[in-house]
Formats: sequence, structure tokens, C-alpha cells
Amino acid sequence: MILDGKVPSGPLDAKWDQHKFDMKLVNPANRRKHTVIVVGTGLAGASAAATLGELGYNVLNFTILDSPRRAHSIAAQGGINAAKNYKNDGDSVYRLFYDTIKGGDYRAREANVYRLAQVSVDIIDQCVAQGIPFAREYGGLLDNRSFGGAQVSRTFYARGQTGQQLLLGAYSSLMRQVAGGQVELFARREMLDLVVVDGHARGIVVRNLVTGELERYAADAVLLCTGGYGNVYFLSTMAGNSNVTAAWRCAKRGAFVGNPSFVQIHPTCIPVSGDYQAKLTLMSESLRNDGRVWVPKQKGDTRSPEKIPEDERDYFLERKYPSFGNLVPRDVASRNAKVVCDEGRGVGASGLAVYLDFADAIERLGEDAIRGRYGNLFDMYKEIVDENPYEVPMRIYPAVHYCMGGLWVDYNLQTTVPGLFALGEANFSDHGANRLGASALMQGLADGYFVAPYTLANYIASTKLEKVGTDHAAFAEAENAVQQRIDKVLGVQGGRTVMDLHRELGGIMWEYVGMARTREGLETAVGKIRALREQFWNEVKVPGRADNLNKNLELALRVADYMEFAEMMALDALQRTESCGCHFREESQTPDGEALRDDEKFSYVAAWEYKGEGQAPEMHKEELNFEFVTPSQRSYK
Amino acid sequence: MSEAKNLNLRLRVWRQPNRTAPGRFVEYPAKGVSTDMSFLEMLDVINDRLILAGEEPIAFDYDCREGICGSCGIVINGVAHGPQQGVATCQLYMRHFKDGAVITLEPWRAKAFPVLKDLVVDRSAFDRIIAAGGYVSINAGSAPDANAIPIPKPDADAAFDSAACIGCGACVAACKNASAALFVGAKITHLSLMPQGKVEAGMRVMAMIEKMEEEGFGACSNEGECEAVCPKGISLSNIAKLNREYFRARLRRFWS
Repeated sequence: MILDGKVPSGPLDAKWDQHKFDMKLVNPANRRKHTVIVVGTGLAGASAAATLGELGYNVLNFTILDSPRRAHSIAAQGGINAAKNYKNDGDSVYRLFYDTIKGGDYRAREANVYRLAQVSVDIIDQCVAQGIPFAREYGGLLDNRSFGGAQVSRTFYARGQTGQQLLLGAYSSLMRQVAGGQVELFARREMLDLVVVDGHARGIVVRNLVTGELERYAADAVLLCTGGYGNVYFLSTMAGNSNVTAAWRCAKRGAFVGNPSFVQIHPTCIPVSGDYQAKLTLMSESLRNDGRVWVPKQKGDTRSPEKIPEDERDYFLERKYPSFGNLVPRDVASRNAKVVCDEGRGVGASGLAVYLDFADAIERLGEDAIRGRYGNLFDMYKEIVDENPYEVPMRIYPAVHYCMGGLWVDYNLQTTVPGLFALGEANFSDHGANRLGASALMQGLADGYFVAPYTLANYIASTKLEKVGTDHAAFAEAENAVQQRIDKVLGVQGGRTVMDLHRELGGIMWEYVGMARTREGLETAVGKIRALREQFWNEVKVPGRADNLNKNLELALRVADYMEFAEMMALDALQRTESCGCHFREESQTPDGEALRDDEKFSYVAAWEYKGEGQAPEMHKEELNFEFVTPSQRSYK
Repeated sequence: MSEAKNLNLRLRVWRQPNRTAPGRFVEYPAKGVSTDMSFLEMLDVINDRLILAGEEPIAFDYDCREGICGSCGIVINGVAHGPQQGVATCQLYMRHFKDGAVITLEPWRAKAFPVLKDLVVDRSAFDRIIAAGGYVSINAGSAPDANAIPIPKPDADAAFDSAACIGCGACVAACKNASAALFVGAKITHLSLMPQGKVEAGMRVMAMIEKMEEEGFGACSNEGECEAVCPKGISLSNIAKLNREYFRARLRRFWS
């Protein structure tokens, strides 16, 4: 099947405005007759739920956490991009669009990315109006900084806690709607199935995580805002509760998955220290504005960093990419760190780390200036590693951080299941094969505040939706399926814990579906994942019962889904024999080791259709047509 | 970096099956705990051992594990978030404990935060306080240009210091009156320093304080334990600001 992205015709800069005019509207008096489910309360979910509430829809909003304010958007550190050009340094909507398309290695849909750049300016206005305390200059105006993959300063920030401040802003708007009765909030609920009636998404089944009861909710549309699936690697910068379950259940009900193998490995994370670790900690990319990345020139040089003289250090990013230096995009920075470590030049006890050195910046600007910019990050590093980064260089290594892949959506953010929309990191749409820094916050809020509220209205106004209650047979069928899966996982009572099995899955994924991929490795991964999935269902030991708060049961259900989803990721990586962005196939590289795309064969989105248990998923293609930019070999040299 | 060592510890953990059942302390050995582990990683390891031994693991809340989401919170040896100042439980490392130590783990204890299981409590009262007024009433799409209103940098920086609150509830757990004054004060201070929040300032402070009392939080004890345990360093001056804003709003209401 050739997929249609439903991109409106016309010039790039007029598409969204024309589309907004062409789409149908729901009369203000009729909106309260429509119920919309929003799953998730991160930047995408909270902004969508709040905005739909403001417009007058009945919104049911769900979170697996105890409060909407805890969604993992809160942990984003660096900033949010917007094409305001307040710095007068040559930025524009077109440049933000161009940087994002290029940064994504020409594997994103042009029209979506242009719209993202257009609404970026409205997002900043909205966030400031919410009272978010962004960083400011002494004149009282907003400050900006630069981020990887860009040569302009367009990143707005609130110290190293931009995600927190933006999420608390969206959360405050959400709670205002909760107080007004437009949004009903359901905390500690986990979506375990999508209910499809006559081909349309009409509700969800959730588990109440306190009582264990399964609950049914019906609506006219479902917005999935459940983030990314990076925890398939076990170790990642994602939160402990971030998972693929809600999205995977939608995939099993007919939503295609776009480019599932596109996972961003972030270059600046604190290296792994032991096998008990369940989580890796990110050090914001903004550190690369002032920190210099280096390793010793000589292999196996175990001297402490201050004993290595300047001429025996290799500032490899500055050396290889003089025009972007330490600010190359994340995929490039990560891959180069892996290369120098593979050469035996890595540092630290494991040899799997490179230095991020602030000595020059401290000498130039003073320790206080550096503390003002990155104080909280330096404190966090010191607490975890027990070393003072003001005195010795940080040690960093790449870690799984963000999923560019996700549910396939058209220009309207609608999946292949009518009435099911996917927003934010849960969809695949805007970042191609690599996301630029400070663009995730932008996309989550763009989708929630300014895109979905329009396209959802169009869907509701142009679709005849019969009344469906939770007594419909489709709800009973979905609830039964969930109940059976819970009974099954509790019934195994083998000898391995969920965490143990999850760690093994993560090891396979990191080894074979990580920073460097080969045909042989990916085939090995598929075999190993299948074998491990079988082991899971024979050997997992889940304690306790289903009728109360049971965190291990929650984890078990999520890991069971990862065991299925992981295979789709490996198959996706296997079919794409080119390299692009984060997806580095060793078979496809330029003479100097950069990712070598093959636009003739692979200028498409791979959208995977689930075909049933034990069946291979089927790949469909959405061809990417570049009408406005000409794909070229990315160069940051 | 000091060399990692292994500790042998004993944990005294509050176990409570659900909201209504009585709880009690249960002791568990915690052998071979690396000083490089975080406190929650230590609990992960203990829980995996409990599961394999056929026992129910210890329930505790967590999410980001980098000190920003506010999910985690354990009273460790009588102190909310444990002995290390300025960090949430997830960022507490085992190197701060001595070999052979007995560590007591309890949930937040407050009337407004009922225990759901073991160390997990219900903090939804905080959400209801924010819903009572902790926002600027602005609909998406109606905002003026972001640079239309200059804000002095010191004001924006001070507002940020208050807005950094992660809503973990340690301040409530540490207070003998289980007061939420620091939490409410932080939000009031943040929004009162920003011009966007000023229009509704009076209504906001009245509504949030009313809600705080209705939810069963006590009055400020003036003893400052809240500030001492706050992982984000929210200062007591936020409570002073809360009181000033409250009296100003009451006077305004009285005279109008």
C-alpha cells in the first residue's frame, strides 16, 4: 500500500493557512456534545487537553503517574527553538524549517516541518503569557542560546530546566480547565487497549493502578500523547514509567508504526557505572556551547586528564568539523564518540567515555558565569559521579534519548485508524532520522496547542459518529483481552524477574540495534529477540495480585510489549540498507565514515502494519517528495 | 572519585498493603550494596531479591530518577529525602551511608497525603490546590508577542527560583503541622513576580489558601523544616511572600 500523507497542495508557506481555512469547524455550541480522550499529560497531552478544554470540548485526560505534572517532558533541560529572530542573526521560519529537515537527514515530511517552524513563534508567545520564567537579558527581553545543528541563536531556555517550566505552564492551563469542569483528570491510570468500533477509534480500556480495576471510557476521538519507547533499550534517559504499551496496543488495533528504528542516541550522558543501573542521566546538549570534547591522541593513555598536555589531546569534533565544532548534531557527535572509544582512546574505568572539558570556558568567563549557565547540571554530575566538574573534565558517553519513530500520522496527525491521533514524541512525523536539540519541546507544544485542535475539529465535523457507549461489545472484547493478558503474565511464576529479562532485551538492542548496525547483527537481533520473548512467557516471575497497586505487574505488561515491539524495530533497521541520521548501517558510509544516504531507494517513510501474533509485520511506504529543498549529503565540516 | 565499596545494611521498611489496612515496620537485610548505587537502585536490587524469594516487593513511587519530576519521596531515618541536603530521594547515593547501618524507610506522613501502599502516598491534594488558582488565565492563541512586556532580569530569576518547585511534598512531610505553606508560597511568589500573573493575584492567593485548608494541610509551624528538606532549595521567604500577598488580598477585599 502506498500511504498518503494528505499534504495540502500549494506553496509551502501557504499550506497550513489554506488548510486551516479549508477544514471544517465545530460550532462553539456543539463542542460540548463531543467527548475527546487524551492519553498522557506531557507537553503534547497537557497542551492538547487544556486547549481542547478551552475550546469547549469534553476532555477525558489520563496519566499513569500520580499527577500530570510529573510527565517526562519535565526532564528536558536545554531549551525550545522558535524562529523569532530576536537576535537579528539571520533566523527565519524558512531557516528553522531548513535546519530541521537537514538535521533529520531528509527523512521527514517537508510540509509538517514547515508548519512546525511556523507555529514555533506562537508557542513562545503562549508560554510567556502563562508566566513561564524564561531566561532574560538585563534589558528585560528574552535571552537565546545556540544549540547543535544550527548557526543561529534561536533557543529559548529557563536555566537547565526548560522542560520543567514549559510542562508546569501547560499543566497550569490544564488544571485551570479541570477546575472549570471542561477536563476530567484520571491519574494513576494506564491505557492497555484501544477500542475500535466500525473502523473508528471510540475509546480506551485502562487499568486503575491503585485498585487494579479495568475501566472503560468512550469518546468521539482518541489523542495518543504517550511519548517514546526508548526504554526498550533498558538503559536510557527516559523516565522509569515511559513505555510503548499504549502505542503498541494502538498498533495492534491497526495504527501503522513509522520508522520504528529511528532512535536518537544522545552524545552527552553520564557513562554507565554498574549493572544495577536502571537509568542513564543526560547532561544537556547546551553544555557543548562551552565544553570541549576530547580524548587522548594515544591509545590506552591512562594518565589523568590534567597530566595530558594540550598537544597530546585530540579535540576530535573541532578537528573534523571546523565550522560546527562541538555543536554538530547529536547523531554525528555520538557516532564520533563511539569511533574514538572503539579505537581504544576512550577514558574512564570502562574506556567507554570521552571528556567534556570546561577549563577553557572557566578561564575565559570565570567560574561564576559557568555556574550561572549550568549550575544545576554540574551539581547533578557531582552527586552522581562524585567528581567536581569545575575542576576535572566531565566524562560523557552516548545514551538512548529520544524516539524519532512512532505511530505513523498524516498531515492532520491522524493515524491509520480514523479518530486516533498521535501527538508529540508518540508520532513519527517531524524529525526524520535525527532530531535537533530543543526541537522536542517545540513539537510537543506545536501539536497540542496549535495543530491537533484544528485537525480534530475537522475530523469531528466531517465524520458521522454514531453514539457508542461503554456497553458496546467492542469494549467487552478489549477488556477481556486485557484481562487475559494480565492473568497470563501472573500465571507464569517462573524464576526470572521482569527487570532481569528487560535488562537482557536492552543488551540485545544496544548491541545490535544501537549506534552502528549491520545486516548480520540485525538478523542476529531478530533471532535473539524471538528467543527471549519465548523465555519471557516461560520464565517471568511476577509477584502479587492484579487487584491492587502492583508496580511489578505494570512493568511486566510493558516489558511484554517491548519484547514484541523490539522485533519490529530490528526489522525496520534491517530493510533500510542505507545510513541516515541516527541509523548508521556500517555497509553504507562515505570514505570518511559519515552516514551515506541512498535517496534513490530509501526516500520514504517505512510504515509497519501489525499482522497478528507469529506473523511478520508488513511494511508500507510513504514516498517523501522534496519539492522545496534539495536533499544533499549533510556536511557540518 | 573514591573507589566504590560494598556496604552491608539493614532496612526497616514501612509495609502497608493498602489505604485502610494497618501498617508495620519489617526488617530486611541489604547485603553487598555498592556505594555507587543510588538509593532507588538499592531498592530495585532488594526488590528483585524479594521477588525471587517469593515475597512482595516494596512499593515506592519513582519516574525520572534525575530529581525533577517529584515522584519519589521517602522519609529516610526520619528525614524527608534522607540525609543529603538539596537532593530528592532518587539522587541520594549510597556513599552517604556507613557499613552496618540500619536505615528506616517511611512514607510521607500527612493527613492530606493518605498512604496507598508501603511508601506510596496520594498527593493529588497538590493538584487540587493548583486547580484552585495556580495559573494565569490565558487561552492558547490569544497571547501578545513574547517580548511585548520586558521583565527585569532579577524578577525573572527570582520567579524561576520559586517556579523550580517539583511538587514532591517533602515540605509537608517534614512539617509537624503537615503544612503546605512552602508549596503554595512558591507558586504564589512565582506568579506574583511575573506581570502576567498580577491581574489575578488577589483572587489566586485567596482561593489557593482556602483550598489548602480544605484539603487538611495544617498551619505554618514557623520552624523551617520545609526549607531544610526541600530538594530544590525553595526558601522560607516564599512563605513570607505568601503571607504578604494574602493580607494584601484580604485588605483589598475588605475595603472594596
